[in-house]
Amino acid sequence: MAKLCIKNGRVMDPASGRDETADVLIENGRVVAIGASLDPAGGEVLNAAGLVVAPGFIDMHVHLREPGFEHSETIETGARAAAAGGFTTICCMPNTQPVNDNATVTNYIVERAERTAVTHVLPIGAITRNSAGEELAAIGSMRGAGIVAISDDGRPVMNARIMRRAMELARMLGLPVINHCEDLNLSADGSMHEGLHSVRLGLRGIPSAAEDVMVARDILLAELTGARYHVAHISTPTAVTLVAQAKARGLPVTCEVTPHHLSLTDGQVGRYDSNFKMKPPLRSGADVEALVDAIAQGKIDAIATDHAPHPGSEKMQEFEACPFGIIGLETALGVALEHLVHSGRVHLMRLIELFTRGPARALNLDRGRLYPLGPADITMFDTTREWTYDVNGSFSKSSNSPYHGRAFRGGPAVTIVNGRVVWRYEA
Amino acid sequence: MPTAAGLLGIEELDRADIEAILDRAKHFQPHQTQTSARFDTLHGKLVVNLFFEASTRTRTSFEIAAKRLGADAISITASGSSIVKGESLVDTLNTLAAMRPNAIVMRHAASGAPHFLARHLKHTPIINAGDGLHEHPTQALLDARTILDALGQLEGLRVAIIGDIAHSRVARSNVYLLSKFGVDIVLCGPPALLPREFACIAPGVTLEYDLRQAVRGADVVMMLRVQLERQHESAFPASEYFQFYGLRLEHLDLAKADVIVMHPGPINRGREIASDVADSQRSVILNQVENGVAVRMAVLERIVA
Repeated sequence: MAKLCIKNGRVMDPASGRDETADVLIENGRVVAIGASLDPAGGEVLNAAGLVVAPGFIDMHVHLREPGFEHSETIETGARAAAAGGFTTICCMPNTQPVNDNATVTNYIVERAERTAVTHVLPIGAITRNSAGEELAAIGSMRGAGIVAISDDGRPVMNARIMRRAMELARMLGLPVINHCEDLNLSADGSMHEGLHSVRLGLRGIPSAAEDVMVARDILLAELTGARYHVAHISTPTAVTLVAQAKARGLPVTCEVTPHHLSLTDGQVGRYDSNFKMKPPLRSGADVEALVDAIAQGKIDAIATDHAPHPGSEKMQEFEACPFGIIGLETALGVALEHLVHSGRVHLMRLIELFTRGPARALNLDRGRLYPLGPADITMFDTTREWTYDVNGSFSKSSNSPYHGRAFRGGPAVTIVNGRVVWRYEA
Repeated sequence: MPTAAGLLGIEELDRADIEAILDRAKHFQPHQTQTSARFDTLHGKLVVNLFFEASTRTRTSFEIAAKRLGADAISITASGSSIVKGESLVDTLNTLAAMRPNAIVMRHAASGAPHFLARHLKHTPIINAGDGLHEHPTQALLDARTILDALGQLEGLRVAIIGDIAHSRVARSNVYLLSKFGVDIVLCGPPALLPREFACIAPGVTLEYDLRQAVRGADVVMMLRVQLERQHESAFPASEYFQFYGLRLEHLDLAKADVIVMHPGPINRGREIASDVADSQRSVILNQVENGVAVRMAVLERIVA
């Protein structure tokens, strides 16, 4: 089978600490050697001079909309957007139609992914049937079909007793529990962060406490049950502190942050721009600063996009009526480089960890490492190229991005899945 | 002014714009009650009043204002239109815009709805007649005209705005306007209806949770309509509201001797305001209604002519 030799790249692997100029030789979908001056042995040569060669990026939080909402996104288009964003593995949330709450739906997603996706697609199963928060989903059989975690993302499990039961079962099955933390009573009718800007614009607010209350509850339940617990799209300094305290007590608690919560603030909602409407909402400038600090201090485990496609017709409404969520796969690395690395706050190696080992560890996956005889899932990117995001050129079926027209420095260059180039930047 | 130069809010106007409208409104005042006095400034122009929310005084006063200026005015209310057939807001407005009105006056329950439409209807000026909890610019303008008529100036006044501030577009527009004129603004209401962030939305604003303190030394007491029953949760026990935040005659003794009492209407007698206060010599509530026509004539003239 095809051979591929990546020459003279800066090979960076957070798991082993490797950071050197080297070649990577790939054969039959696996890395066979990493070292100086490797012989391509007649295979294709990829010049990586000036590029970083990293383990394949993992996005543990995306919405692919298939089955049920194929007008917004499909597994195929979502995976293409992921590849263009440098991701080789994406984990899709279960809020499809039907909800991924049983093995039949899981099998469908896995089969569609095998047939149409250029990246690995790992499904996340629902916690409760139809994500209605009332009775547990068929979690055991979904695990058999390939889910890597459970979550009712977008519809937080409000009943603490149900959450407890889910955690007990998840612990037995060895699955992490991911929660979208939002106390729905506190956030009711809110469409942006509660603060000066919501008051100014006359929009009902979602207080930070709506997130904090549920993170606190879930950590107590994780302690009670011994489950692995992961906070999706953490957005408040208090929630970060709660997670850090739980870790310090030795609990298997992790969290992810989205690129938009690291880069945008509630003030940017401006004159009711629905491309700035998502959950959790964009918080204050001080909150954004605190999240960047938390990354610098090692308190955050992963960067995840919460890629949430919505068609133009649904975003073409008055702000309060628009659905929550933005797409983010293609801009994640550009945003992260700008706000974490170029700003001098976070070392490049640490940034790569947030896209690779970090999410792999949170999900207990043997992925996100670059080593001889390991899988040839590789993300190549550069840190200097200037480019401007044009959402009209997106691989996603939707265009609800707040970053349209935004200039970036550095971004994905080549994405390799199972030893095959699935996307490369073309000027 | 923003896109097709409509009127979306007070926040983005500057003091000179506001003064120009208020001066022009004064010019129209003698004509607001004389049905015979008509102008032909807007002859041949079409003004569409599109009300997605019930309204009596605002809609009729926009209609009268348009007609006094010689324009054709039609009014469409949500219950009688295609909105109930599930047409999206943007489609409804595109349909109306295709009929080439010279302005669309709109009221909508969603904050920012006119701003959203102004971005999509680039050639039709939109006049905001109230958007959700956000702004009600012509109400603030007619309130300012009413204060000027009674007290002669805005600078240096102390204005207390009392009631459900959080859910009031009237409060927001008034705060934005009065602040630009250096007014000392006191906002007062129960904590759940008066978020602390209001202290920072414009210069000159202070918050007060005690009605007596708010009224003390006031030149103007502006009461807001309170609809505790229509909110999802009880922000304040309805049965106790009047006791804590209802304006009674005794409170007026704490204010300046020539204090005026205002209310955007419709009033809830015995809920936010005692009947005898509403009917007292200090009340200018009906003057506000009258000024509605003059101010809206000034706004329509400015935007449509």
